[in-house]
Amino acid sequence: MPDGVPAQPPVPRSRHVVRIAGLLASVVLLVLVCVASIAFGAKSMPLSDVWHGLFDSDGVGNDVIVREVRVPRTLLGLLAGAALGLAGAVMQALTRNPLAEPGLLGVNAGASAAVVSAISFLGVTSLTGYVWFAFLGAAVVSALVYVLGGSRAANPVRLALAGTAATAALYGYINAVQLLDSAALDKLRFWTVGSLASADMETIAKVAPFIGVGVVLALLLGRPLNALEMGDDTARALGANLGRTRVLSMVCVTLLCGAATAACGPIVFVGLMIPHLVRAITGPDMRWIMPYAAVLAPVLLLGADVIGRLVTRPAELQVGIVTALIGGPVFIQLVRRKRMAKL
Amino acid sequence: MKTSTKTSTKTSTKTLAKPLPEASPKSSTGSVRAVRTGGGLSVRVDPRAALVFLLLTGVAFAASVVLIGSGDFRIAPGDVVATLLGNGTAAHEFVVQELRLPRILVGLLVGASLALSGSIFQSLSRNPLGSPDVIGFGQGAAVGALGAIVLFQGTALAVAGGALVGGLVTGVAVYLLAWKRGVHGYRLVLVGIGVAAVLTAVNHYLLTKASLVDATRAVLWMTGSLDGRDWTQVWPLLAAFVLLVPVVAWYARPLRVLEMGDDAAYALGVPVERARLVMMAAGVLLMAAATAAAGPIAFVALSAPQLARRLTRSPGPGLAASAAMGAALLLVADWVAAVAFGDRQLPVGVVTAVLGGCYLLWLLVTERRAGRI
Repeated sequence: MPDGVPAQPPVPRSRHVVRIAGLLASVVLLVLVCVASIAFGAKSMPLSDVWHGLFDSDGVGNDVIVREVRVPRTLLGLLAGAALGLAGAVMQALTRNPLAEPGLLGVNAGASAAVVSAISFLGVTSLTGYVWFAFLGAAVVSALVYVLGGSRAANPVRLALAGTAATAALYGYINAVQLLDSAALDKLRFWTVGSLASADMETIAKVAPFIGVGVVLALLLGRPLNALEMGDDTARALGANLGRTRVLSMVCVTLLCGAATAACGPIVFVGLMIPHLVRAITGPDMRWIMPYAAVLAPVLLLGADVIGRLVTRPAELQVGIVTALIGGPVFIQLVRRKRMAKL
Repeated sequence: MKTSTKTSTKTSTKTLAKPLPEASPKSSTGSVRAVRTGGGLSVRVDPRAALVFLLLTGVAFAASVVLIGSGDFRIAPGDVVATLLGNGTAAHEFVVQELRLPRILVGLLVGASLALSGSIFQSLSRNPLGSPDVIGFGQGAAVGALGAIVLFQGTALAVAGGALVGGLVTGVAVYLLAWKRGVHGYRLVLVGIGVAAVLTAVNHYLLTKASLVDATRAVLWMTGSLDGRDWTQVWPLLAAFVLLVPVVAWYARPLRVLEMGDDAAYALGVPVERARLVMMAAGVLLMAAATAAAGPIAFVALSAPQLARRLTRSPGPGLAASAAMGAALLLVADWVAAVAFGDRQLPVGVVTAVLGGCYLLWLLVTERRAGRI
């Protein structure tokens, strides 16, 4: 990894202990955030009611809120968070670029544009329909940006510019469609903001298999991506199958981003921040970065969602906005770092 | 990065094998002539650039005449010219002066301002993609305008003011955030991209807050349109243009030197940070004024300087040719929008977005092959 300290070949035993302890602590943190996500919301209720709703529901009053609104929302946050965090980690390793992120590289915009077309031209209204279009858009745009950004010789500026340019063009198209079809505008303006608010169990059941496959793939890609990060020549000399790793990584990113975007709309910066945060704890080993990202990204997403629900109660700030407001400064800080100049 | 050096040497040998591309600096320097006067003054003249400038101005004028003549009430091109010169009938005079001329003037000025602003930023960032709509100013102006529409249901004047303030604040913020013992091109671009992402989220939030009527108005504004423009939009834009163009012209030479890199520019006696600050301020002001008048029309700032550069075969984006190209481009796009979509009028911003998007893909592919980005 360009901006990590290269790991010394024999990893000291204490490092393993720290990594495992850190992972456990992250899981505890995730549980706490999940509890917060179920307990806090537009309607404040005592914790006993939350408990009652979760484990002893009789289907009235606060129980309904807990079961029908907050639990699905938390589950969707878990899934989407893990998907975005892992997608960011895979992308950063694949492009060897610390600024790679599905939102900035236009993947989310690609999914949005495909969904917009589906809603407006083909009259698709159900999420089942959305998902496939989101995949298609995500796949096409991620491949396009990767190629335009210079594929293997990509540098951060070129890749980021290719992504931004693609995003700008796609948003132009999205705006045009919305102008011609005000019914689509009414639906889309809530979808394009990136929110967990419309979560229900049906949505979750639809996207869970895709995200599940993507997560498993990402975890398995840890080792090959480690080889890829040493540079093409070294990796090939070590016997890594570069082509297969690249293709599988693209499939993985597409699955994760497409599913997450279809379910909650475009959410930026989660995939950017989490790998950097994780790398500070684990070092550059992708085999550790992946599980950490899968646990800590939902912490960020659900945390942002809870914050968004609490600051403007009883209205709420969509999670995509909160993550952008948190992530923007982090991104700028990364850019300002001295080491960026050498990438 | 071993791999990148390897591929770049490969591409350079490939380009050497082929005949030199026409846009290379070598072919252009031969055409520049120095005109010396008796009093010891000398002016460098590039005949090709001058010719391109004149041609593009002609195209812009022709497009204006066609656009003024077309519509529900058709006027023959000859009558349009006569009316513009003050020899028309009373009916023609009313239609041209009151209804159609302001719209055309806004289009010309907006196109020229956007293109100037774009060529300034592409020079400053030394990157053909570093244009103001990519690095956040368009989004900043949109936040201001959307705030005025959604939060205050503001009048057209308030919306323009909001756009102006939003664009300026964003410009200052990006400059300050990118500042670290000077502003480097790549850092400016990346900081701008980060800021743009945050502002896009804010825009989306404001859209969800709006009623459907306001949301439609906001999306229409965000696409950029010349519909319903009158003299109240022309005067402030014209004032900004007249005030800023001399400043830009005065700093055009330091700007060219800046393209050689900060160290070389220092060595040649250019006050690097001051030149950069003045040009950035002028670029942001031009962009903000244009956006306030017509909304953030996509891609003109990005593509006009590059197209002009290819026509003039000069090494950098030339300012005068870029401005003429921007004006011509915007009016032709407006005409295409009127012809292609008929009565169900799409705003001009949609056409520039689609055209610009295709152009951008082509640019990315060719520039990458030449190893320039």
